[in-house]
Amino acid sequence: MKIRKGWYALFTFPLMFIFFVVVIIPFAIGIGFSFVEWDGLAKHAMSFVGFDNYLRVFTDARFLQSAGRTTVYTLISVVFVNVVGLIFALIVTTKLKTANIARTMLFVPYLIGGLILGYIWKSVFSEFFLSIDWGNWLTDKTKAMIAMIVVTTWQMAGYVMIVYITGIMAIPDDVLEAANVDGASFLRTLFSVKFPLLMPSFTICLFLTLSNCFKVYDVNIALTGAGPNYQSEMFSLNIYNEIFDLSNFGYGQAKAIIFFLIIAVITMIQVSITKKREVAM
Amino acid sequence: MKSVKTSKVFANIALMIFCLLYLFPIYLILTNSFKSRSEMYENMVALPSKLSLKYYESALGKMNFAISIKNSLILTLVSIAILVILCSMTAWMFVRSKNKLSGALFGILVATMLIPFQTIMMPLMQEMNWIGNHVGVKMTDTIPGLVFMYIGFGAGMGVFLYHGFISSIPVSLEEAAIIDGCNTWRVFWKIVFPMLKPTTMTVIILDVIWIWNDYLLPSLTLKAKANRTIPISTAKFFGQYTISWNEAMAALVVTIIPVAIFYLACQKYIIKGVAAGAVKG
Repeated sequence: MKIRKGWYALFTFPLMFIFFVVVIIPFAIGIGFSFVEWDGLAKHAMSFVGFDNYLRVFTDARFLQSAGRTTVYTLISVVFVNVVGLIFALIVTTKLKTANIARTMLFVPYLIGGLILGYIWKSVFSEFFLSIDWGNWLTDKTKAMIAMIVVTTWQMAGYVMIVYITGIMAIPDDVLEAANVDGASFLRTLFSVKFPLLMPSFTICLFLTLSNCFKVYDVNIALTGAGPNYQSEMFSLNIYNEIFDLSNFGYGQAKAIIFFLIIAVITMIQVSITKKREVAM
Repeated sequence: MKSVKTSKVFANIALMIFCLLYLFPIYLILTNSFKSRSEMYENMVALPSKLSLKYYESALGKMNFAISIKNSLILTLVSIAILVILCSMTAWMFVRSKNKLSGALFGILVATMLIPFQTIMMPLMQEMNWIGNHVGVKMTDTIPGLVFMYIGFGAGMGVFLYHGFISSIPVSLEEAAIIDGCNTWRVFWKIVFPMLKPTTMTVIILDVIWIWNDYLLPSLTLKAKANRTIPISTAKFFGQYTISWNEAMAALVVTIIPVAIFYLACQKYIIKGVAAGAVKG
């Protein structure tokens, strides 16, 4: 189809202009910022420090702890979210009369944003737990981390459930019938028929949860607010605090670039695996 | 035969009980928002003895709820309307005029989807302040400025989703319309755009969930009390040193009500849209 250049510009320019101003330019400036030292005040000059900001990361104990904590939190959360979400999906795709209502109810937490959800659970882990003599979980560093994982699972299990449901529905009925005729037990059908056919759903959900958990911010700030004593501060919040709380704009931005590289690698692995699968199928 | 029936009834009841327990945190904030302080600490799980709206009145006042919900609605609706219009137009042009520029721009749009917001938040704020000081258009602490930023951040996903769908519809209808004397603008709005409805629904659903609940971006730009969105006013409310939990729970219940209405009204579209977005993204 032939389209004149004027129309092409009219249709694409407004969006591309806004996109460049909001995403591309700040990204490019951000790379520059990561090589300077600056406290964020316009009247103070920036000084070029080369790769010092990137090297400083390795001697920053608070940051290293935060990054390690985020990795552990992410790995545990990914397992919990996917196991719980998959179990939910298997239950609500049965022929039970209440399956549809159950699906509707289990999906509710995902729609409530991370911030509101964090505050709701804050009332559970502090006020409610105090009222039943379990103590306030958010003032203990280990229990605060467990609380983070519980809330993340609660929020995202319903979300991955939806993706797994789509995968389960796509399994042809005759395959399941054949397994039934051959006398396969429930578990046998699950592990030898359903799970292999759900592989594409597994890949999607694993990486969705992987990058989402790694980027966690709202739940962190609402539920624990990095406390007690920064013992539950995650990667995102650490970047935020470095820049806007401690006013280390250059150093904080270097962390932000490292953050981007990690997310990029995770996503790249996901894309390559998904592509390989598509060829194989 | 009878035992199969009873076990089914039992399974249905068990599933419903589980789902209700799963949503226990929501019950907790709901029931305690109506109780007095002494009644709340007596037994947090019990139903309120009488429905007192005292805490709702004070929470609504302190949160400036009327203004916050107005801001959130305007922000979400305007951003999404513009995103739908601009993303569909751009994606259609990219698909229908396949050239190097379209390919390159589409590639950049999709690739930048993996940049986490934390990586560009600081340089973005610097740039927006700079525009305010040097171009004379106030971008920070205004709702229109925030709309502008949401369009930039939503562009990648919007164009990506529309691009995939438009690639699958045949061009013949559009060509016939051109032969009949339709210009490009009319071809798009009269013929193409109505056909994109399924993708438009997906884009709307995903963007509503994202923009309505988003906290970090508005927390960076919105400073004036009159500009606060719901997540911001909730965070400000919880940021006070002493919070009365009854009041806080009433505030949380109120913030969930719009989400609940949205869910009840378009549940079918939401679940479909979330599934489509996850599988394609």
